[in-house]
Amino acid sequence: MTVIANPGKRDRLWRTIVISLPYAWLLLFFLAPFAIVFKISFADPLVAQPPFTPFFDWAADSGDRLLATLDNYRFLLEDKLYWVSYLKSIKIAFVSTLLCLLLGFPMAYAIALTPYPWRNFLLLLVILPFWTSFLLRVYAWMIMLGKQGLINNLLVSSGIVDKPLQLLYTDGAVYLGIVYTYVPFMILPLYATLERLDPDVHEVAADLGAHPLQVFRDITLPLARPGIIAGCLLVFIPALGEYVIPALLGGLDSLMIGRTLYDEFFVNRDWPLASAVAVVLLFILILPIMLFQRMQQEVES
Amino acid sequence: MNTGSGDRTGVAGGACSGTPWRDPKQQPFIEVRSLTKRFGDFTAVNNIDLHIYRGELFTILGGSGCGKSTLLRMLAGFEEPSEGRILIDGLDITDMPPYERPVNMMFQSYAVFPHMTVEQNIAYGLKKEKLPRDTVRQRVKEMLELVQLPELARRKPQQLSGGQQQRVALARALIKRPKVLLLDEPLAALDKKLREQTQFELMNLQDQLGITFVVVTHDQEEAMTLATRIAVMRAGSFVQIGTPSEVYEFPRNLYVADFFGSINIFDATVISWENQDITVELDGTGTRIQTRHPKTLASGSRCQVGIRPEKVLISKKPPEGAGQTVTRGVVQDLAYYGNRSIYRVRSEAGRVIQVSAQNYQRSAELLLEWDDEVFLSWDSSCSVVMTE
Amino acid sequence: MKRPSTFLYTVLSFGFAFLYVPIFVVMVYSFNDSRLATVWGGFSTRWYTALLKNQQILDAALLSLEIAVVSATLATLLGTLAGLALNRMGRYRGRTVFTGMIAAPLVMPEVITGLSLLLLFVSLKELIGWPDSRGANTITIAHITFSMAYVAVIVQSRLAAMDQSLEEAAMDLGGRPFAVARDITLPLIAPAMIAGWLLAFTLSLDDLVIASFTSGAGASTLPMVIFSKVKLGITPEVNALATIIIAIVTVGVLIAGWIVLRQRQHGSNRPEAGAPGD
Repeated sequence: MTVIANPGKRDRLWRTIVISLPYAWLLLFFLAPFAIVFKISFADPLVAQPPFTPFFDWAADSGDRLLATLDNYRFLLEDKLYWVSYLKSIKIAFVSTLLCLLLGFPMAYAIALTPYPWRNFLLLLVILPFWTSFLLRVYAWMIMLGKQGLINNLLVSSGIVDKPLQLLYTDGAVYLGIVYTYVPFMILPLYATLERLDPDVHEVAADLGAHPLQVFRDITLPLARPGIIAGCLLVFIPALGEYVIPALLGGLDSLMIGRTLYDEFFVNRDWPLASAVAVVLLFILILPIMLFQRMQQEVES
Repeated sequence: MNTGSGDRTGVAGGACSGTPWRDPKQQPFIEVRSLTKRFGDFTAVNNIDLHIYRGELFTILGGSGCGKSTLLRMLAGFEEPSEGRILIDGLDITDMPPYERPVNMMFQSYAVFPHMTVEQNIAYGLKKEKLPRDTVRQRVKEMLELVQLPELARRKPQQLSGGQQQRVALARALIKRPKVLLLDEPLAALDKKLREQTQFELMNLQDQLGITFVVVTHDQEEAMTLATRIAVMRAGSFVQIGTPSEVYEFPRNLYVADFFGSINIFDATVISWENQDITVELDGTGTRIQTRHPKTLASGSRCQVGIRPEKVLISKKPPEGAGQTVTRGVVQDLAYYGNRSIYRVRSEAGRVIQVSAQNYQRSAELLLEWDDEVFLSWDSSCSVVMTE
Repeated sequence: MKRPSTFLYTVLSFGFAFLYVPIFVVMVYSFNDSRLATVWGGFSTRWYTALLKNQQILDAALLSLEIAVVSATLATLLGTLAGLALNRMGRYRGRTVFTGMIAAPLVMPEVITGLSLLLLFVSLKELIGWPDSRGANTITIAHITFSMAYVAVIVQSRLAAMDQSLEEAAMDLGGRPFAVARDITLPLIAPAMIAGWLLAFTLSLDDLVIASFTSGAGASTLPMVIFSKVKLGITPEVNALATIIIAIVTVGVLIAGWIVLRQRQHGSNRPEAGAPGD
């Protein structure tokens, strides 16, 4: 921690720039927007541009200037659609996170136990999908799962089923899509912790007579905990608000909250209601996001 | 064929002639006034006063966490003092940023810029002074020669050994002709053989350039061989400041005595003190020892008496001569080191006394064996009285 | 437990098959002559030809590239400053809020980021008349905002691994803070900045949701065009486009990997993984 004793004016300037430029940017374009979302979630929808009532009506007489309304939130409570969307999103995000963990843990473990230079190659294979288009990778599953897609073709031609199954536009397809696109986010933090495991620890434990499964339970798992938590948060939080995957792979009834919000905004053009949906979503996410930040700060120090 | 090595007085005396710290008329070159540094609740440096004189090779010695690095970083300007002032050559530098101080530092990690060649590394400080290119080139060349690296000028740091990197770091810090060079654990990263060599080179260099060196180290041997004076630091304060022989032969307290090599300690009671002559009586045996002690001690007060193992003579026959402290014992343990042997002797009073003896006789047999009855004796004036 | 068990490698192989089979299938079908994208009708490059003639896709691709280059560059600039502010500036007021604002965009659901930015732009227009229209400008701002957080994280992890006494040494030798940053810090974090730029570029090129929210009527980015096409079903031209993108990315990643490996052999710098979860 270098703190310069009493720098001159010119040197303060550099420090000021370094701190305040990104700070101001994030305040304006990241924090302020949330305040606005919060504000608009209390407004009435209007058929106008922009389609919401102003928060303050300066033209009105004193006393009745504040045009806040709780209608949007009341509507969220009353209409079952939103409840179902939230609950379903949480369920899908939660189950997908578990599936990612089940698939990602053995993969990360295998990579961490592979000697160099093969390990680098395997890591590259995990990272590569990061850099390819997310949208196109989701699209790839449309080809795989379609009525005449690869999987159905295989199933029919091998005689397992008579006629193609409905695979696309189902909840199953949504789970698949989420696991597919998010599993690298699980593997990398897991690998980062598993990599640091001393192989000697395993040998010592095994030497002391522990069964491999016991070694895994008593040694590997506790040591990998930070990676597991980080990976789960990195999957769960974005998955909860996922829009593209349910929109492309899910059925009309696969109402994840991201999709509901998007439709509320673009199709129904009810901006205040969409804002209210976003605010509630944010409240659901606030705990996991704070947990994630805590972990980020721990990594930092 | 006499003394092959070891005469270092001519080397270390160097730029710092005599003992300026004993001369009250001398102006200190570095003056630290009641300097304090707190990190939250923790006080790293606690109200320190320090005078360092021009041309000294001053060493700050202490264990990890004693505050020595914080003190050095305050001298360099990387930490802001909580209280107190720092003056160099009469100039108050407390509020100066590091890049304006007439002080340069050699870092423990050397901090050689990995993306620059040796030449560029050394030239960096001069380039920041915006000196003409020819001058820079000339002085870099001189520096490279001074640290004996002219043929490596175009190398990148990754291609250098640890010792070579250290020389680059040294040259880089010296090229600005600082008034004071700060060295943070300068030898810690080198292997034993290189350390000894570098140690003498450092002293030579300091002698040649006349720059005041302030060295921070945790290694007492390094401090002893390098320093004109040593400040022993503990928990943010100085325990004792003195020449290497002063802190070794006249440790102020047990901590200092113990820090520099081993010492035998006996509990004792003061019998009398008069004009620096002190008489104490050892507990248990009642042996009386007469030695010197600078501070007044009341009769009857408790103290400790220390004696360094190499000051103790061990013999099978009773020693002769006056002014000796003599005790009898049995050899309990011995270790042979070639040039010397270490004996652990159980005295009649049941104490274990450590003795280090030069093996001045050549013999394939051990001169003393386990369970041999021996006499231990030392000149009483070699005893140190300590009160803390 | 010296060697990973067969179980682990079975899962690993299955996992990689899962990750790569769909991509390969898309690539194979892009050479399918049949219009019915999932029925094999012989080898053909007709969809590539069709793609190159599709003005809508080409325009969108160009727009996306423009936005990606500009936003990645500015995000790298701001993100690097943010990384420095996180790791090299000691304490200052509001530091906790700052770390929060850096970490949150990494996990924030896109629908929320997109919606909130759009509402900001709309409100700003009401207040100060800017931005008077939404399009490439607003999308760029949105992309800078979320990708600078990624750059900041990459840069700051590089700074954390870097010996701070390098900068102290430069300062000790007379370098003022800005000079130290220019002479020492920036050259040493350059690999992280490049990784950050590439990541920001890819994120921008890839983004659908935030662009949809912040874009106006006129501007459609490549993902927006692709999305509108694939929403209606499988489109052979998109297969061709996907193949091209995957090919470019693979080559790029391989080159980057090769450079990193070479650097590691030279032992100079610790390479950056450049992955957001890292």
